Amino acid sequence: MPHVTFTRHLLRFFPTLTEGEVPGATVREVIDELEKRYPGFAAYVVDETGRLRRHVNLFVRDEPICDRDTLSDKVSPDDKVFILQSLSGG
Amino acid sequence: MVADSEPVVRSRHVTTFLVIGLWNSATFGAMLDHILLATKKGTIILDRRSGRWTPRPIAHAGMAVSYAARDPRDGTIWACMDNAHWGPALMRSRDEGTTWEDASRIAYPKGARYIEQLIPDPKAMEDAQKAITYKPAALMKVWVLGFAGADQPGVIHAGTLPGGLFTTRDGGESWELNRPLWNHESRGGDLFAGEATSKNQWGGTPAAMAYGDFVPGIHSVAVDPRDSHHIYVSVSCAGVLETRDGGKTWAGSNRGMLNDYLPNPEADWGHDPHFVTLCPADPDRLWQQNHSGVFTSDDGARTWKRVSQQGVAVHFGFPIAADDKDGKTAWVVPLRSDQERMTIGGGMFVARTSDGGASWQTFREGLPQEHCYDVVYRHALDASGDRVCFGSTTGNVYVSEDRGESWRCVGSNLPPVHSVRFV
Repeated sequence: MPHVTFTRHLLRFFPTLTEGEVPGATVREVIDELEKRYPGFAAYVVDETGRLRRHVNLFVRDEPICDRDTLSDKVSPDDKVFILQSLSGG
Repeated sequence: MVADSEPVVRSRHVTTFLVIGLWNSATFGAMLDHILLATKKGTIILDRRSGRWTPRPIAHAGMAVSYAARDPRDGTIWACMDNAHWGPALMRSRDEGTTWEDASRIAYPKGARYIEQLIPDPKAMEDAQKAITYKPAALMKVWVLGFAGADQPGVIHAGTLPGGLFTTRDGGESWELNRPLWNHESRGGDLFAGEATSKNQWGGTPAAMAYGDFVPGIHSVAVDPRDSHHIYVSVSCAGVLETRDGGKTWAGSNRGMLNDYLPNPEADWGHDPHFVTLCPADPDRLWQQNHSGVFTSDDGARTWKRVSQQGVAVHFGFPIAADDKDGKTAWVVPLRSDQERMTIGGGMFVARTSDGGASWQTFREGLPQEHCYDVVYRHALDASGDRVCFGSTTGNVYVSEDRGESWRCVGSNLPPVHSVRFV
């Protein structure tokens, strides 16, 4: 199963959030599974249309995902998925 | 007093602060001895004790809050989170700011669309003749909250970017888009059903540019204290709209409005109200700080009258506060022109009218008079009885206890202030 790692900033909202294996063949399926484990999680990462939020970055292996609108990028069982915040703020 | 400590509990949905000497609900509502600030770095409450205003440790530290207000019916404090990374959200405190919890998220329903606006940029304007394009709506920001009266317990309205009004009827457990307003003919009609059936009259607001799009926003919701079915909402950039049937039907209320940036200054639409409010004791008296001056209405927004003049001290600005008893009294914090958006002559002043805008008095005592670059945003001025307060983009908060005639700085070096409300 894909291994998912998070920015530590999400611990503020989900203190029990832990990295680890999460089933899913696409990024969308991984997020859906995370939503089941941590209700409310998806809304922090995607908006109500399903798009990745503007200042959130999601990588599969070392590459940012291509489909930020529907998260259809494929994920292989041995892939690593990183959910990070982009460098922005002030 | 408040303990000078970090939050003592941090867990999902709940942040607890150690508070000693919590105010009780009786003093909370009656005396308005507290000031609620929404800032770029969190929520701050100032308590008035022995004549001094003292800030508590910040709540939601590090997270932007676009607006914060207290529901006068049940004392719940609401904070509109404007988190750039993790999206807009609502938090509420049912214990006067001691602990906070997540409220349900506001979400646009599937199929909600809006007509794409042209960014006011010369290159983009070259595409002015292009075909209409639509965008799916997603919540960018909760800009303001408006509480219904005691006749509608649990009803709260939320004005948002990209221009939707949401209403909860269960105290924030669930929120519903007001479709009659979203589908209004002035926005192109029912875009859930298909193509636009009328011309879109709502323009974008520059305040949306930080969110990556040029969309309209609802920043003012004024509920008639005599009848909660009677509501005014104000849109940048469109104007004021009114419903008298609880949101089932809406009509523009812009007669008498003037704008200085369109070929037809008396156009029905295209107005840029910066903030609109009403006098609670005289609800037919409305006040509007607009891009094109200060306007007032004494007939329930049937007609508006401009009560400021270009080139005179009182004209441009963002906030306006109405006296809670006297409909003819209001306060503004003017700025220089609509281009520079700076203090006039480097010094800050507050202006007050007591005769319905026929004349204005300016007050400077206690305010900086040189090298001052403070800007006061649209929600960052409030009045309660003899007290008036404003907060600025440079993190200064000033309070007057004599109806705006003299001022005292009660907070400096604070984060940029987005909203100020006496609570």
